[in-house]
Amino acid sequence: MARYDRAITVFSPDGHLFQVEYALEAVRKGNAAVGVRGTDTVVLGVEKKSAAKLQDSRLSVRKIVNLDNHIALACAGLKADARVLINRARIECQSHRLTVEDPVTVEYITRYIAGLQQKYTQSGGVRPFGLSTLIIGFDPYTGVPSLYQTDPSGTFSAWKANATGRNSNSIREFLEKNYKETSGQETIKLAIRALLEVVESGGKNIEVAVMTKDQGLRQLEESEIDGIVAEIEAEKAAAEAAKKGPARDA
Amino acid sequence: MKLDTTGLESALPLFGANCQMVDGFTAAPAFDLPTTLDFDGFQKEAIQMVKPAKGTTTLAFIFKEGVMVAADSRASMGGYISSQSVKKIIEINPYMLGTMAGGAADCQFWHRNLGIKVCRLHELANKRRISVTGASKLLANILYSYRGMGLSVGTMIAGWDETGPGLYYVDSEGGRLKGPRFSVGSGSPYAYGVLDSGYRYDMSIEEAAELARRAIYHATFRDGASGGVASVYHVGPNGWKKLSGDDVGELHYKYYPVTPSTVEQEMVEVSGA
Repeated sequence: MARYDRAITVFSPDGHLFQVEYALEAVRKGNAAVGVRGTDTVVLGVEKKSAAKLQDSRLSVRKIVNLDNHIALACAGLKADARVLINRARIECQSHRLTVEDPVTVEYITRYIAGLQQKYTQSGGVRPFGLSTLIIGFDPYTGVPSLYQTDPSGTFSAWKANATGRNSNSIREFLEKNYKETSGQETIKLAIRALLEVVESGGKNIEVAVMTKDQGLRQLEESEIDGIVAEIEAEKAAAEAAKKGPARDA
Repeated sequence: MKLDTTGLESALPLFGANCQMVDGFTAAPAFDLPTTLDFDGFQKEAIQMVKPAKGTTTLAFIFKEGVMVAADSRASMGGYISSQSVKKIIEINPYMLGTMAGGAADCQFWHRNLGIKVCRLHELANKRRISVTGASKLLANILYSYRGMGLSVGTMIAGWDETGPGLYYVDSEGGRLKGPRFSVGSGSPYAYGVLDSGYRYDMSIEEAAELARRAIYHATFRDGASGGVASVYHVGPNGWKKLSGDDVGELHYKYYPVTPSTVEQEMVEVSGA
């Protein structure tokens, strides 16, 4: 097996591209990221590593970035690779605007990013990008919100809600159990609740951004996140109390 | 081992030939340049040779019910009429039309290329039709990349897309204009006269068709390089439809019927002696 994992252009006898699978491992070690699609809102949340004391968090790069006015991206995995991919995607968004005088659709830019990731799995002397991305946005004409995910192999798919990175399986399980069509604040709450399954609570450790059709991407302030987290904890406590209450009487 | 760096190239060039073209042709049109002492002069001559060939009348305008497109059908080589039955309205796809003025081969080729390689591929890749804006922009970029090489194209792209009716004028100098009314060709001044004075936004389809037909007729009446058949097409929300193709000679007698003049003296048969 060791002979087949050096160069990525080589298949192993049982059909694996080991470098791609190792890239997926790198993703699994990255910070958790979650995306939830509502009827009029799409939300991205990422786990934030607590900043070192001397780190200047005001100027540090945010983890949820704009690709265009109506498209945003979050990723899990090698952040340095992310910068390269994001720059290429931003150029492609503008190039598309220039050549067809139209903003990109979410599907188009996802296809472009996935195509780029695939190119690096079929070239000599390069390694795959070690990240999976979550891409959210609104269709420029129909206004329909979308959430897409790409991974190092270059595949992409559309989701109602998904997670990637550390403990993504637990988050996805939670989402599968608790997902329902939401809008506005409810969508934000659902995304934060999902992220809280694997992250210690507090605005310090979560970064959340909300996109709406009219207002584009809005990064939530720490205080706002704290407020919503407090709401969620209160709801949880109330649910616990309700469960215990009737049982005690009986 | 030589590193394969094709994956590291930058994405689409920001202008110039669209990347989709790269698969069909070489990245830039490359052929041996002729060895002359004065290459710029040679280029100018090449353009001058083709320039007079925009002997035609085409017009298009947007109105309440969509876009009306009309053209004559004469092809002339100097003073010789080489054909009276040229199709100058090219069907790019079921909801977009292009008009031909300039070099017939250039117009036909690039319109067909636009329809298949650009518009159809875009539809298949993106699961939605390309906009008139996008199609005309891509054509203009392609023509711009051949600027100075002797292409002669003066075309109007008319169509109906998600944003409604669209009309663009695109030429081989690389120019692209959006507008509500255009006429292209040697007969265009005459057509503009009729079109501009008779135009109203809220016409019915029949009124607009009659206006287009009359404008083409008047252009063919005065311009020697235009004639043949006046074709009129309408582009609506469900695509284009050919409305009529009338011989301009017959149109003349329809608009100006021969009135029998009063006879002063009639010749009577003289009975043979």
